[in-house]
Amino acid sequence: MGNFDKKIAKFWEIFINHNGYAKVLTGLQNTLIIAVVGLAIGIVIGTVIAAIEVMPKYKRLPRILNGVCAFYVGLFRGTPIVVQLLVAYYVILPLLGINMPPVNVCIMVFGLNSGAYVSEIMRGGILSVDPGQMEAGRAVGLSYSVTMLKIVVPQAVKNILPTLGNELIALVKETSVVSFVGAADLYVAFSYIGTNNYEFMVPYLAMALIYIVMVMIIAMFVRIMERSLRKSDRNN
Amino acid sequence: MIEITDLRKSFGNLEVLKGITTTISEGEKVVVVGPSGSGKSTFLRCLNCMEDPTSGSIIFDGVDITDMKVDINIHRRRMGMVFQQFNLFNNKTVLGNIMLAPLHVKLTDFRRKKLKNAFIRISNLFARDKKPLYEINANRQQIKEEVRENALRLLKRIGLEDKADAYPSTLSGGQKQRIAIIRALAMNPKVILFDEPTSALDPEMVGEVLDLIRQLAEEGMTMVIVTHEMGFAREVATRVLFMDDGQILEENAPAEFFSNPQNPRAKEFLSKVL
Ligand SMILES: Nc1ncnc2c1ncn2[C@@H]1O[C@H](COP(=O)(O)OP(=O)(O)OP(=O)(O)O)[C@@H](O)[C@H]1O
Ligand SMILES: [Mg+2]
Repeated sequence: MGNFDKKIAKFWEIFINHNGYAKVLTGLQNTLIIAVVGLAIGIVIGTVIAAIEVMPKYKRLPRILNGVCAFYVGLFRGTPIVVQLLVAYYVILPLLGINMPPVNVCIMVFGLNSGAYVSEIMRGGILSVDPGQMEAGRAVGLSYSVTMLKIVVPQAVKNILPTLGNELIALVKETSVVSFVGAADLYVAFSYIGTNNYEFMVPYLAMALIYIVMVMIIAMFVRIMERSLRKSDRNN
Repeated sequence: MIEITDLRKSFGNLEVLKGITTTISEGEKVVVVGPSGSGKSTFLRCLNCMEDPTSGSIIFDGVDITDMKVDINIHRRRMGMVFQQFNLFNNKTVLGNIMLAPLHVKLTDFRRKKLKNAFIRISNLFARDKKPLYEINANRQQIKEEVRENALRLLKRIGLEDKADAYPSTLSGGQKQRIAIIRALAMNPKVILFDEPTSALDPEMVGEVLDLIRQLAEEGMTMVIVTHEMGFAREVATRVLFMDDGQILEENAPAEFFSNPQNPRAKEFLSKVL
């Protein structure tokens, strides 16, 4: 550990003078974009799946849709996200003849993946809303989907906001595998620094630190949100 | 106005309604009474197909609404429903609660007409005999304003206009239920179905809700009311249905029913509750 100072100096040298910071910033940006946009897509997909899952099942169409959703959720929860990325990037897109930047592929796959997880969260949220809300909407002549969208889902989202925050944390951490398909994330940035001065200890330590700080910041937001929601429940 | 013929409803193996036949005419105030579990709520909920009847027919304004092919939403708009648990939309303000359905219906209609007009205009370019356009006599903003004004007028009627922007969770039970009633009223229903509208209320709030229902009754609104408030039933009803075990056992004018019930089970029931 004696030459730790030297290691830090070397790291700093590459970080500042050899464009290391730009790569780190790009990596950070990609990580956040993939996680946040992925979650946004996941929320949309997850809400649709959850709404289908809680639909009454005595008609044919909901049953078929439900089967499709169950398959989708099983598929994305049953395989590691690295495998999904690789299959999407090296199998499906080439077969379809589509050329796409790696980051966009990652956003898509993370969106599809988190859709499967969010659907479970959202279903719990929807089931936690008093069934009387749906009844009242149907009783004034609104359709199932309109009542779902305007009455039930907003209340469900409020109930599950903290859980969605935790999903975002999980996604941020999972983005650490996107370099498998060539997306430039934090790992790529710090590996670049490490390779340039044959020293990996400090760069990877710095990477760990950045992940911890990101997760702590999101967790803090989640806590603030939880507290204000609890307060609004009390006052209301 | 509502013709119910041999209405049956089963939940799994449990037959809850065992063939109900009756007619509800315009202006009538039909009060449904009977012991707990006799199927009163189920009967009421079948009337607007909140529960799909197992068999039988319900003809509302000439249309059999038990037919799976009819668009039930259109008919529900003409049948208000008031729940024991109020069921105000928790994520909407009081005004939002009242405006939601009328606004949705009017805006949907507005959008549909505009879309159709666009098609007609295009096809008129090529057709020799021009088709007339649908008449649109208000824009989005005007529709909104009109619905809002109507909602405020109704709120004023129950003296709660200062609660327009409040959320339901800040209101008392009596206030919630009165708002639930005018929410139903905002759709201009032909009939309102009440399922024990005062059962979840603290005693001191029962009066204000019954007063409002009484007012509506006097204005000629057609109503079907399930209630345990026998005094109120006697006063407001034009006809009393006594239900037990999924059947109507007695159907009578209130004065007759309460002073001189014919059915032995009705006698027994009244001796317990009066
Ligand atoms: N969704 C349902 N699934 C299964 N059984 C049900 C359902 N709804 C009602 N029942 C049963 O149907 C019977 C009649 O219920 P209903 O609620 O119509 O009675 P009620 O006359 O309104 O009673 P109360 O005065 O207690 O409100 C009861 O035995 C009840 O358990
Ligand atoms: Mg009941």
